[in-house]
Amino acid sequence: MSDILLEVKNLKTYFYTDEGVARAVDGMDFVIRRGETLGMIGESGCGKSVSALSIMQLVASPPGRIVEGEILFEGEDLLQKTPSEVKKIRGNDISMIFQEPMTSLNPVFTIGNQIMEPIILHQKLNKEKARKKAIEMLDMVGISSPEKQIDNYPHQLSGGMRQRAMIAMALSCEPKLLIADEPTTALDVTIQAQILELLKKIREEIGMAVMMITHDLAVIAEVSDNVLVAYAGKALEYADVKTIFREPKHPYTQALYDSIPRLTDTKKRRLEVIPGMVPNPLEFPSGCRFHPRCKFTTNVCKEEEPKLEEVGNMHEVRCFIYDENKAKLF
Amino acid sequence: MDSSLLKIEGLKKYFPIQGGIFSKTVGYVQAVDGVSFHVDKGEIMGLVGESGCGKTTVGRLILRLYEPTAGEIYFEGANISKLSGHEMRNARKILQIIFQDPYGSLNPRMTIGDIIGEPLLIHNIAKGKEREQRVADILETVGMSPRYMKRYPHEFSGGQRQRIGIARALALNPKLIVCDEPVSALDVSIQAQVINLLEDLQGKFGFTYLFIAHDLSVIKHISDRVAVMYLGKIVELANTEELYGNPLHPYTEALLSAVPIPDPSLNRKRIVLEGDVPSPINPPSGCHFRTRCKYAKKICIEEEPPLIELARGHYVACHLKH
Repeated sequence: MSDILLEVKNLKTYFYTDEGVARAVDGMDFVIRRGETLGMIGESGCGKSVSALSIMQLVASPPGRIVEGEILFEGEDLLQKTPSEVKKIRGNDISMIFQEPMTSLNPVFTIGNQIMEPIILHQKLNKEKARKKAIEMLDMVGISSPEKQIDNYPHQLSGGMRQRAMIAMALSCEPKLLIADEPTTALDVTIQAQILELLKKIREEIGMAVMMITHDLAVIAEVSDNVLVAYAGKALEYADVKTIFREPKHPYTQALYDSIPRLTDTKKRRLEVIPGMVPNPLEFPSGCRFHPRCKFTTNVCKEEEPKLEEVGNMHEVRCFIYDENKAKLF
Repeated sequence: MDSSLLKIEGLKKYFPIQGGIFSKTVGYVQAVDGVSFHVDKGEIMGLVGESGCGKTTVGRLILRLYEPTAGEIYFEGANISKLSGHEMRNARKILQIIFQDPYGSLNPRMTIGDIIGEPLLIHNIAKGKEREQRVADILETVGMSPRYMKRYPHEFSGGQRQRIGIARALALNPKLIVCDEPVSALDVSIQAQVINLLEDLQGKFGFTYLFIAHDLSVIKHISDRVAVMYLGKIVELANTEELYGNPLHPYTEALLSAVPIPDPSLNRKRIVLEGDVPSPINPPSGCHFRTRCKYAKKICIEEEPPLIELARGHYVACHLKH
């Protein structure tokens, strides 16, 4: 059995709007191995959430459409499967948790009901057995008195508990891959710590792979094995987590790290600002999409788009500084 | 002689909860439950805590956007807690606030020129051309072009709107600015821009800030001193280096250990707090933190720990440390 669980090749997901075509994901490649946690970092509008939704085939269509690419899950292209085949995988082998637990949980159903739904659907258990399993899941995610809480509605739970309930729902069928889209951004820091510890524990127990999407570099450092830096619909850098922090090669990766205040800072420093803003997916800059904000920009960066090149052991960068031929022009 | 710019003593805010057929008051949300501290001129005082701790309410009480249930507020030595509406308006010339939500805090029907110029109009400081010039100057101070004056808030990004909110707060040359989570709603690279701007303005104009946030890294970066709040009370207060280097209150310790760090090579032992924050409607007796504290003893159930100075300038509210 192959080590590779998910392989995304040249994924392109576009949104066709009145104002034009928004190329939210515009040629993404990445791989997730069994049991691995891939951290995907990027600011709002870089395409990370849309990549996740594309894998789950939850992209609103219209106006969205996966126009190109392959999404190989255990060697089979999900994009070639029928809707009913995809349904068998979604919530079962691949699961997802979202940022805002209040808006992602159905307010008119109890959390028990929502956790039992995928269990009944995928595992074909009867209601009684499903309820028992749901209580086990609630216990596993650290919700006290699960046999009572199971009949509560989302609004009766705190933010942290709702997120746990959503995790219980996502894990109920023991997925091989969990996609977590900004799961702790809306939570208080002590609750965030609880949720990250919980995910770590579960990963170890069931050997689950995780795709962790966040804009928070610190969370990335805590949970990831490998990291992908996303910008304007593409990957700019990819490496294991230690390398990304110790030797970031792409100017954007370095700039992100320099722009955040860090608890470990021992003396006063000035935050480095990345000038400008994330580009509008309706109108990407020519050449390298980061060039208008990059302090190393040269002519070639404005005209041509760099390719993702390997620069070290499993370390890839999309930047002309590292392209031997183009670098001569610097 | 008290030289502090702002001093609050025993500040409380209880929000009544109506219930029953006659909408009787059936309980109170004890949002702020006896908070005291002072802020010196030119200082940046950080106020940090998680949701529901009361920090935003403290910020609003200082400006009397809420009326205190109890306690006193002194500004430049004068008691402003009992000022009339008219007198308070005058006080607000030198006391200003920047809000968290760059989308909700700007009137969508006003041009940004009008939004920034409104305080000048209300307080009769400048009219006509003079006002327009002043607005243009302020816009440049916050790094925006004066030609945006005739545009509406919806035409700007979150980071730009926050700059407009800051510009509005600057219009009257305030002495103290309450910054209520000014960067929480912004993207990472924009956060840096706004934090730098606030620091530059402070350096240039000598403002004093009460900086309210839940992000401990941001608070550490910008503050001179920090107060940690939990369920309506201050549990620890010290200068920044001391608080982060030598936290004494169990909650502060847990809070600091919970913050993720952007360094994968650090292997930390984390203190994970059990459970959720109790409801401010019915806070635990004695020490509010005792239900989640691994060191809790009998005295913690019975008596509320007072905030006591344990080392110079380092205050802690914990029986076990006294």
